Amino acid sequence: MGVLGCIWLVLILVFLYAPILIMAMMSFNESQFYQLPFKFSLDWYEALASNDAIKTAAIRSVLIAIATTVIATTLGTAASIALFRYSFPGKRVLQVLLFPPIAIPWLITGTAMLIFFFGIGLGRGTPSVLIGHVALALPYVIVVVSARLATFDPTLEEAARSLGASSWTVTMRVTVPWILPGIIAGGLFAFAVSFDQFVVSYFLSEPGDATLPVLIYTSIRKGFTPEINAVSTIIIVISMAIMLLAARFSNFGGDR
Amino acid sequence: MANILSQDTRRAAGLLTPAYLWLTVAIFLPLAAMLYFSFLSDVPFGPEADWYYTSENYRAFFETGTYASLLWKSIKLGLTVTVICVLLGFPCALVLAKVIQGRSREALFLLIILPFWSNSLVRIFSWAIVLRGNGVLELAVNWVLPFDIRLGLMFTPTAVVIGLVHSYLPYVILTSYLALQAIDNSLIEAARSMGAKRLTILWRIILPLSMPGLLAGAVLIFVPVVGSFMEPRILGGRFGTYYGTVIEDQFTAVFNWPLGAALSFILLAVVLVILALSSPILRNART
Repeated sequence: MGVLGCIWLVLILVFLYAPILIMAMMSFNESQFYQLPFKFSLDWYEALASNDAIKTAAIRSVLIAIATTVIATTLGTAASIALFRYSFPGKRVLQVLLFPPIAIPWLITGTAMLIFFFGIGLGRGTPSVLIGHVALALPYVIVVVSARLATFDPTLEEAARSLGASSWTVTMRVTVPWILPGIIAGGLFAFAVSFDQFVVSYFLSEPGDATLPVLIYTSIRKGFTPEINAVSTIIIVISMAIMLLAARFSNFGGDR
Repeated sequence: MANILSQDTRRAAGLLTPAYLWLTVAIFLPLAAMLYFSFLSDVPFGPEADWYYTSENYRAFFETGTYASLLWKSIKLGLTVTVICVLLGFPCALVLAKVIQGRSREALFLLIILPFWSNSLVRIFSWAIVLRGNGVLELAVNWVLPFDIRLGLMFTPTAVVIGLVHSYLPYVILTSYLALQAIDNSLIEAARSMGAKRLTILWRIILPLSMPGLLAGAVLIFVPVVGSFMEPRILGGRFGTYYGTVIEDQFTAVFNWPLGAALSFILLAVVLVILALSSPILRNART
């Protein structure tokens, strides 16, 4: 079973990574029509550098992701601390309410946001996209930070308080330093949720100011070029690097 | 007011309000607005908007049969993808949890769930590159086989299934692995020492004990697949019409928002029923 099992595992890994690697390889291939034999070339990356539409979309995506990270991490950490520290009526309900944004298909949330934002006069555009991204990222931040808080000893807070520290000082000097790895991991998750988000951005962004995934989707539907491979390769490298960092900070996947 | 609420409650409210207010504005109110919209005849924006309350959008679903059959098609797609993911993923999780030891296990686990957290659109696009006519897969197959063969996988339902399995396979591996890891090895040792065969151990001990994790993974795959639209669009071509793509059309091409809202809400109802039915399992799986 051991050997057969390991072969199975390797085959699964090949299935998961082969298409990504082939896509990356094709971004370095000279032929515009993905023809083999492979001839190394950086033409498509050079083409990217002079493609203003893609560059603007990339900058917009990064800025939205940074804003999402800052907002979602701040609000999410505050909420996690409250859920951990205090007991109050309705706490269980609040915890359950974190589930819908994660569990409901983004198609439904995205179209619902579109309707609502039009209804209140906000319409499509970058502010709507940002509001949507933060809402999608918040539950992830709260879950990750709460997991870290579960390892925190509340008597440390009591000790600090009995020594005369104010509530704010206790939070900033005792609690937050302890859960910092969780906050960083949560922030990285939030960045990834926003940076990789396609569905909600697709419904909420104006045709003129698309995020990078939305721009890629519309270009794919027009027919694809190795230029898209190049930008896709860059995206996948960035998002995998972010998740590796997040895994490092949240101890995700380690022996528990 | 302040006297009634305890100090703790007030402090908690101060910390919780921003986050939950945000979720209300961006998730819960929009869902309510969508429900309202699904009962309108037309979009109520603008000064000369002409609309009235109606149930015709829901009647369109229940009377014409077109949308219902598309929903059924999407549910079948969800079931197919889920079953394939479970069959591929569970053995993989089993090997990871019970055969491989030490640091390499951590690394392999991370390697498997890493693609899951990377851009899903880009991964679907990568399959388009692999599966397209005269693409890498076809060249590789023809290089191995002595005769010429055209796979013609791109723009078929099979391509959609392959892409979706690739997107969601790590989910079931993740949940099954966590459940399998929690099984005490001495239990398996005890069964073995009493002469239980491998299949008996798998069937009578490992499978029942890891069932919550396995089912949680299945639900977490099934729900988004039923609502998928980007994957069928890119990989399905003219076979790529599913329930999700019809909803997408209502909002981006046809601009019949009330109908789109009704269709979305019916999908939400299906999703909520599935989540409600599986919530005892999901709760077990989390611990």
